Order: sequence, then structure tokens, then C-alpha cells
Amino acid sequence: MPNSALGRYIGSMPKSDALLCPSPAGLYCKPGDFYIDPTRPVDRAVITHGHADHARSGHGKVLATRETLAIMEARYGEDFAAATHPLAYRDSVEIDGVSVGLVPAGHVLGSAQAVVRHNGLTMTVSGDFKRRRDPTCAGFEPVKSDVFITEATFGLPVFRHPPDTDEIAKLLKSVAQFPERSHLVGAYALGKAQRVIALLREAGYDKPVYVHGALEKINALYRSFGVDLGELRPATAGKKADFAGAIVVAPPSATQDRWSRRFPDPVVCFASGWMRVRARARQGGVELPLILSDHADWDELTLTAAELRPDELWITHGEEDALLRWSELNGQKARALSLVGYDEGEGET
Amino acid sequence: MRAFARLLDSLAFTPARNTKLTLVRDYLRETPDPERGWALAALTGALSFDAAKPAFIRKAVEARVDPQLFALSYDFVGDLAETVALIWPSQPGANREPELPEVVDALRSASRAEVQRLLEGWLDALDADGRWALLKLLTGAMRVGVSARLAKQALADLGAIDVAQIEEVWHSQRPPYEDLFAWLEKRSDKPSPDAPARFRPVMLAQAIDEATDFAKYDAADYAAEWKWDGIRVQAASERGEKRLYSRTGDDIGHAFPDVMAALNFEGVIDGELLVMQDGRVDSFGDLQQRLNRKNPDAKTIAKFPAGIRAYDLLLDGTEDLRGLPFKERRKRLEAFVARHKSPRIDLSPLQPFDTWQELARLRAEPPDGDPKIAEGLMLKRWDSLYEAGRPKGPWFKWKRDPHLIDAVLMYAQRGHGKRSSFYSDYTFGVWRDDANGDRHLTPVGKAYFGFTDEELKQIDKFVRDNTVERFGPVRSVRADKDFGLVLEVAFEGLQRSTRHKSGVAMRFPRINRIRWDKPSREADELATLERLLETA
Repeated sequence: MPNSALGRYIGSMPKSDALLCPSPAGLYCKPGDFYIDPTRPVDRAVITHGHADHARSGHGKVLATRETLAIMEARYGEDFAAATHPLAYRDSVEIDGVSVGLVPAGHVLGSAQAVVRHNGLTMTVSGDFKRRRDPTCAGFEPVKSDVFITEATFGLPVFRHPPDTDEIAKLLKSVAQFPERSHLVGAYALGKAQRVIALLREAGYDKPVYVHGALEKINALYRSFGVDLGELRPATAGKKADFAGAIVVAPPSATQDRWSRRFPDPVVCFASGWMRVRARARQGGVELPLILSDHADWDELTLTAAELRPDELWITHGEEDALLRWSELNGQKARALSLVGYDEGEGET
Repeated sequence: MRAFARLLDSLAFTPARNTKLTLVRDYLRETPDPERGWALAALTGALSFDAAKPAFIRKAVEARVDPQLFALSYDFVGDLAETVALIWPSQPGANREPELPEVVDALRSASRAEVQRLLEGWLDALDADGRWALLKLLTGAMRVGVSARLAKQALADLGAIDVAQIEEVWHSQRPPYEDLFAWLEKRSDKPSPDAPARFRPVMLAQAIDEATDFAKYDAADYAAEWKWDGIRVQAASERGEKRLYSRTGDDIGHAFPDVMAALNFEGVIDGELLVMQDGRVDSFGDLQQRLNRKNPDAKTIAKFPAGIRAYDLLLDGTEDLRGLPFKERRKRLEAFVARHKSPRIDLSPLQPFDTWQELARLRAEPPDGDPKIAEGLMLKRWDSLYEAGRPKGPWFKWKRDPHLIDAVLMYAQRGHGKRSSFYSDYTFGVWRDDANGDRHLTPVGKAYFGFTDEELKQIDKFVRDNTVERFGPVRSVRADKDFGLVLEVAFEGLQRSTRHKSGVAMRFPRINRIRWDKPSREADELATLERLLETA
């Protein structure tokens, strides 16, 4: 596999670098002079979604979906950028002759793929994405592209996420089996927490769900965009015994913190794709792993690449080696970008 | 297979015994025969197959998955069976998902070549959890923390009966235990326990309460003997069947062929398993050399010969003695042991006494010889019948006072389950001089119980406030000659250990109290512990 300063690649050296190329601050578009999901403050940024490792504060002008801009404002305050430009799904704008469009990525509320077109060349940056249905956000839409830049968080063939309904059923069965205990579900504050709640509602769970204070802002924001979460109550009010049989949703760090002592003999659950690997669950002291991910699993990653059949597949943040090998086996030209600054392990995945 | 896979998965992540009990009990309640019986057998290690080996499984997966992709995945996951379970390409619809009973049937009867073909078909049809369960079943390495004892308790919970009743019939039952379930679900009578050399539920003693019990009971009603420091066993030999059981009814005979060879009698003895040489017993540490080995070699057996020191006789020939008073049973036992004349079986002698004060002196200053390393004394009412369980009054144990040292808290680790938000596992150390004459703390043990809930909160706070470094779930806390938390640690005994830096290992260490009052520099020295080793 040849190596170069621009990463490792399979097949011929790409010419698309003239439009988008990896740089220390993230993917950079030279003709349009903007960055996509930059990891440090820049003048012009296109943001694919609101997770902190993709959406940072302090940029000059930010182009994103209305939902993503609202998430950034909720997290960083009104002054998170000097100027903002909301763009609806499937719309596009011209930036110095380069067309930029946003298309649903199916990752979290407001998440988008950035479609960059210039001189007849189409390059699509997936951001983070998944292919399965999610009641809290618009579903992924494939875009015919010359270059598809895919994430690879779960880019190993051991990651095949089971159906969501099975995982929620696991949680509900445990709640019924241990009515004297509370179930404390660790879920990332943006996206996962709301999806867990929405999936519980779809499964017919209509009791109040208790939530950690750190989730309240984002929950309210999801509701304001029309996502139904049912009755939510703060997990702070009430005596210990009141939480017997309850489901409490909290950021993962809180589930093993002193905060968790207010609940009766909690069953610590964690909703994450990493829970597929037993050692990961055990290290985290998780008693009920829930394999629920907002990222594409191996099958979704490879099926997407096979469906789009881009001239070039660029692979970024995650397990790049295995996808590169898959490309080699399937006659797909591919390249690993080695971008830094995106959190693959402990962050919001 | 699906329900069994889900059960294994839940058990693997559940540290708490009570939760495991609920999981197993509910599974047994919800699952039909014969599947639940086979599952129970698998959990308790009563099933083993030698038809498919890991090497074959690896070959089969490499025929389906690119070797580079497999290697990258194995690197990430770290466990072969789990990697195979996760990476195996499903062929849903290609095959019907196999049920546990048909898997067990096939594995018991099919030839090796047939099993390999079947196995590939099963792996194709199952999902990742099912494949993991199947591979665990095949290799016999369940490792989900279910002992035979726990399984029996779950059965008792299912039938809402005492576990002693399960123990009584357990050894006459065979997988898939359909008679047993029929009885527990009140669809039939209790199965006959009349299997030769079956396990008889053991009688246990209450700990004596020195403050109140001696005033309540009359010394003349009780016999006393030493509480030997080995493991309690039951040796049964009946109509050609010979068994050696632990006190919970686990068959441990395979690890003690020397003891098994000495069971040339008709009867059932209750006694203590010990390492015995020329009529003298050795320490628990020596016995541990034997307990650690499932199939000991001749050298180990010669170095650490095991034997039984007899406490009681439950069956003499064909006569059940359990309904007789201890005084009668004791006479029969003495005659039985004398008649048997085996160097591997001797009698636990009674210690005559007139008053409790006299007995207290004996306990505090045991005579030279074996009593020096006894755990304490046993008191048995002369008129006590042999009852299963732990009735209050007939038998008492009166352990020697534990050893106490003052040690300094060095590391703390987060607990599990209820204690997952607390630093509840403590490593503590004592002072030792290094080659330059400088004093350093050296770890001597680890304890995770003995404290009250309130004390746990206090130590947890101390750990969080005084953390020096973190390594995953472990924190090192400040501990030097000017600062540190002194813990009074109680323990039962001390052994030499090559595995510990300090060279000593404690038995049953626990936190006796927190010495907020004691400066760290005044904690004990390693030399104090080393002296204790010499006197033992």
C-alpha cells in the first residue's frame, strides 16, 4: 500500500485534492476558501452536525442546517460564531464559485452530508452517518459523487449493530425483571439520549422517563423541532425509593459518578456501538450493554460504498485499515486521510 | 438457543449474586423442558464435548473471511471465540436457528466430521450472541460466574423450598433434570434420593456471641473439639460407590485420589480435609497447593498428602445415624475410625472441660502440636441430632481472635454493582526499610469488606480528596510518613507468598476500623508480620 504525506491510498493518486484536501485544521476547500468541520477556529466553516468534535465555537462564518446552528447556540451561547448561514436540506449555495449543498446524513438531528461541486466534480463529505431508521432525525440520502468521504468509526467487520428493537426489548425486560432497581442508561447528551427515549416510546413505554440535568437543553431543542419524547422528569427531585423501577437517562460519565447514588441499586446501562465488544462493556463497569449506535456499522459502511461506487473512496476518522482492505478486495479506489482531532473512542459516538 | 444466549450474556455482565439468582430462576421458569435442563447442565459444568476444537473453528472462519480483515478484528477484540462470533457472516434464512436440545443431542452423538459440518450450519443460522453462546458451550468455558451452589439455590428459589432439599436429591439426578423440574413445579413427588454415596446436606454451626451465649447455655451440655483449618468434607462409600463432597455438595474426589483410595468402608463420614503427614496436620497454605489442582501429579500428592480428620458419622453400614444424638454418634464414630485403621483418616479428639472459663483459656493458649494452627473451637450439644443447615443452639463455632495490624491505605479501586460509584477495594501497606535504610510502604494485602456503609462513604471521600494518580478504575492515594489513612486490618492467618512483593499473603483480610487518630508513620512494620510467620 503506497504511503504519502496525504495518507495511504489504494489505486492511482487522486486529482480531487485541488477541490478538497486534508490540512491540519481539517478538510480544506481551496477554491472556496472554507473548511469542513474544522478542528480549530477558521474564517469560513461548513459544519456537518452538532457534536463537539465536529462543531467547535469561534469560527467567523458558519454554514450549517438550522438544527445544527440551534444546537451550537444551545451549547456555546449566541456568540458561537461571528455570522451564521442556515441552509435547508437539499438546498445549496455558491461560495466563490464552489457549490455547497447539505443532504441528510441520518446521524443526529440536523446532521448533514456536505456536497461540494466545482467544475463538474462532485465530492461528498459524509460527516458521521448511519443508514438505519431513526425517529429523531431525517434519514440518510445517497448522493451520486465522484469522491465519497466516509467516516469509519465502526469500520471493522466485527461491528454489526443488532436491530434497535432488540436492544430496547432487552432494556424493558430487565426493567420488568428487577422492579426494585432503577435502570440508569448512559447515553451521549446529543442524539443518543433522545433516540433512546424515542425508541422507548415506540416500544410502548409510556411512563415518565427521568433525565439528568445535562440533557435538558438538548431535549427541549429536539422538542422544538417536533420530536416527541413523551413525559420527561428531572432525575433530581424525589426520594431514592421513588426511582425503583424507573428508567433514568444520563450522560455516560454520570452513571458511575457520585450522582448515581441517589438511585436504588442502579443497573448501569450504556447505549453505544462499542458495547458490541464485551471487554469494552466490562471495563466500563456496565451491567446491561445496549448496542445502539448513531454510526454506520460495517455492513452499512460497505453497502454505502458499494451503492455509490464513487471513483474514489476517502476514509477518515476511525478504523481506516479494514475499509482500505475491503476496497482493495472489491476493486474500489480508496485512500485513508488520517485526519486528526475527531474523537473516536470516548466522545459522542 | 436465543434465550440461553441472552441468559449467558446477562450473567456475564452481572457481578451480584442475587441478580444472577434472579436471572437463572426466571430463565428456568420461562423455558420448557428439556432445554432448561441442558442449560442448567451447561452452566454447572456437567456437560463436556470434545468434538470440535478451537483450531477447527479458526480454520472455518478463515475460509469465510479475508485473513487480513480477521487479523485486524482479532487484534481489536482480543478474544478468539468472541471475534469469530462477531465476524462470522450470517446467512439468515439459509438454515433454521438450532435449539439448545438439538445442539446437545448432536454433539453427544455425532462423529467429529459430522459435528464440524453441523457447527458451520449452526453458526450460519445464529446471530452474534447465539454464536458466542454456541462456541462457549462447545469449548466448555462458560465463565459467567455460576457455581453449582448458585444453580442449586436458583432451583430452590424456583420451587420455593430450602436448598438442602435440592442438595439431597441432586446427585441422583441427571441432565436434563426433568424429574427435578416436575417436582419443583409440584407436578410430581420428590425424586428418590436413594442413590448410593449420595450427598447428605451438611450441618453447620452458628458463630457464638461471647457477650450473651455463655450466660444462656450450660457448659455441661456441650462437647468441645478443635475447628481444624482445612475444608469441610463429606466422604461417602456405599455399595461400591465412593464420593468426596465439599460442604455444598460439589464432588471434589478427582482432585484427591489419595483420599479416595482410603475410603474402604461402608458409611458416610463428616470431617475436615487437611494435609496430613505422620498423624500431624499442616497449614491451610499447604492444603491450598492441592486445592488449586484439579488433577494433581504424583509429586504433589507425595509432598502434600491429604487426609480426613473425622468429626461425625452419618451412616454406619446401612444404618442412618442422623437421628441419633451427638453423644451416640460420637461413640459409633470412634469405633468406626478405630476399626478402619487408615493413616489417611483419623479422629478429631474431644477436649474435656468443666467451665466456659476453662475452655476460654484453652482457646487463648492452645497446647503445642496441631491445636496451635486450629481456627478455634467447636461446641456441640451432646444431645444434638444431625440437622441440615445452620440451626441456632445445637452447634457453635468459636474462632480464635483475628490478628490485627495497622496498615496505610495505598490504592483504591471502584467496586461493582451497588458499589460502582464507590472506591471500595483497598490495597494497604506497611513500612519496610530498603537497602539504604529509608522507610517505604510495601503493599501487603487487599480488602473490600468489614466496613459499615457510613465508613465506606468516609473512605471514598478520603480517596477522592487525596488522589495522587489514576490508572483506569484504580486511584493511588497520598500515603507517606507525614500523611495517610491508617486502617486497622483484621485477618485470620498469614502465609509466605512468592507472588507478593512483600513475601506474605493474608487470609480473609478485612477492614476492622478506621484509625483516623493514628499518624501514618506509626503504622506497623513488615517485620511484625514476618515474626507472625515464624510463630505459626
